Amino acid sequence: MKNVWKIALAASLSAALFLTGCGGGGGSDEGSSGSADGDTIKIGVNYELSGATATYGSSSVEGIDLAIKQINEAGGVLGKQIELVEGDNKSEPAEATSLSTKLMTNDGVVAVLGPATTGNFKATIPVADKNQIPVISGSATADDVTVDLDDDGNPTEVKEFAFKICFSDSFQGITMANFASSNLGATKAVIIMDNSSDYAIGLAKNFRSTFESLGGEIVGEEAYIAGNTDFSGILTKIRSMDFDVIFLPGYYSEAGLIIKQARDLGITAPVLGADGFDSPTLLELAGASALNDVYYSNHYSSLDEDPAVIQFIEDFNAEYGKDPDAFNALGYDTAKFLCDAIERAGEADPIAIKDALASTESFAGVTGTFSIDENHNPVKSVVVIKLTDGEPSESIKI
Amino acid sequence: MDQLLQQLLNGLSLGSIYALIALGYTMVYGIIKLINFAHGDIYMLGAYIGFAAITFAHLSFIPALLISMAACAVLGMVIEKIAYKPLRHASRIAVLITAIGVSFFLEYTTMFFVGATPRAFPQVLGSQFFNIGNVVISMQQIYIIVVTVILMFMLQFIVHKTKTGKAMRAVSIDQDAAQLMGIKVDSTISFTFAIGSALAGAAGILVGIYYNTINPLMGMTPGIKAFVAAVFGGIGNIPGAMVGGVSIGMIETLVAGYGSSMYKDAVVYLILILVLLIKPSGLLGKNTREKV
Repeated sequence: MKNVWKIALAASLSAALFLTGCGGGGGSDEGSSGSADGDTIKIGVNYELSGATATYGSSSVEGIDLAIKQINEAGGVLGKQIELVEGDNKSEPAEATSLSTKLMTNDGVVAVLGPATTGNFKATIPVADKNQIPVISGSATADDVTVDLDDDGNPTEVKEFAFKICFSDSFQGITMANFASSNLGATKAVIIMDNSSDYAIGLAKNFRSTFESLGGEIVGEEAYIAGNTDFSGILTKIRSMDFDVIFLPGYYSEAGLIIKQARDLGITAPVLGADGFDSPTLLELAGASALNDVYYSNHYSSLDEDPAVIQFIEDFNAEYGKDPDAFNALGYDTAKFLCDAIERAGEADPIAIKDALASTESFAGVTGTFSIDENHNPVKSVVVIKLTDGEPSESIKI
Repeated sequence: MDQLLQQLLNGLSLGSIYALIALGYTMVYGIIKLINFAHGDIYMLGAYIGFAAITFAHLSFIPALLISMAACAVLGMVIEKIAYKPLRHASRIAVLITAIGVSFFLEYTTMFFVGATPRAFPQVLGSQFFNIGNVVISMQQIYIIVVTVILMFMLQFIVHKTKTGKAMRAVSIDQDAAQLMGIKVDSTISFTFAIGSALAGAAGILVGIYYNTINPLMGMTPGIKAFVAAVFGGIGNIPGAMVGGVSIGMIETLVAGYGSSMYKDAVVYLILILVLLIKPSGLLGKNTREKV
């Protein structure tokens, strides 16, 4: 009996050694030749399918699946079918790194889509550089995802193999400040921000500087930490202040509670937020009656009257029996964006694909038409959605 | 003035919740000298049981509250039987570590079954508001305060006027002597866990209704804050837990309202450190001399 265990142990150890040896040594050249000679083109899918941000990941993958299905039905790319290799990074950066290593070195993919969140996506970029295989995120909105920034936030060096197709946080902050000032005519604002998230801090910073440069005044600034549930202290304090709008950068789980508690205390001022508000849970937490005069910037609106968007909503409904949200749309665009680049590259070679991605001009997606700039960011418009009784009632393209 | 009254009201609602949880800590500590770290998670389970009773069985507030309290009482007794009773004569650190283990077990088992995403709690109390001057009182706040006061009176009655209460007090003073007097120590301890857990269950469902959100890790921070409240009031002392809970709730709200919202948690833990340094027996705790 003992011998059996010994043999098993020895076998698994040597297998592990063999595999690591392969992964470490064969990196770049294996990746580039991996799938080009097959009948299919392999694309890696590295998303949050379980864990804290699973709703973002699984929504994105639904969009990707639909896009690839449509592309394959229309004959594939370069005459070949696309094969997705899907994996779950459990919403953890370490898992995201090891999964992308596996996809690039073992499965021979030509590009990897995802992860959806900034932290996890950043964790895969060194692996992408090492294996020289492009990675694309549909929803990592931090400013420094695809480019290194100096202390003042100016771009220094672009990350060669990293791309994103969503606008940056700074852009959302600037947009909402412009919106508050010109569309709502606000001159005094209060900021309540999630002090535990880079996302919210970045949004608040850009909102503040833009709003002040437009002649507005920030009359109060309060902070909370993700996971808090009692905001009555800060809201009671705010209630006695004189202001026109509340800017609330943060995620839906706290934003929903803050809006509810604010409305309960009789604060009726408009509430402004960003794409972190985009979740059905916001409505559940705040309740329909509290969600009036709430505005947030988003990547996509289901109220868009562009025929491509209407077609997408129809197709999505037929496939999944529900209306697509922003992450569905971003996932869909990410897959289409990559396939468009492979087509233009003329061959399923990661380096050629990377160059094609970088030179994308006016790609028409359901989240807007965009080109990729020198920092691998898209140049695209942002949508501001207005909620009335918890439902989107108006979308304003900016 | 209006703002101060509003803040005090907010603090009282939050403090009532802390007080209900702190009572469980203090009672268990009083009787077997164990800091039951799993207590915050019983509060979380109380919220989920209430959620299930309201969503799936379509019950109204009072029946859901009673079911949640009863289920938590049973759960408290089961945890005591399985995890703590076999360690009755082990060192205190062993029991403490077991309590932390039970806490993680409850948190992550719940997460496995219900998922990690926060859920919105059904609104069974409606959303009525009463305006007194510029002070807004919500129906939920009235319920929280009224239910807390009723439960505290019931607890005082049980501890001071019933035979079981007498047994509890006797066991907390001297376990061996109580046993010699014919008191069933095991069932008395079990009963203490049941009452403490029932109060935590009540706090769970009240929090669900008040804040409208529950998640499997919701017991962590309030659990620790309630522990601070129990120490503040004097651990092992029932009126102390009530006073401590309400004080911590008030302090937290006032710091957020008049100081900076970033420091409210820091202030709470600073209080814990100060109490431990200056008056380790707490606000209402008696100074007991170590028996030699």
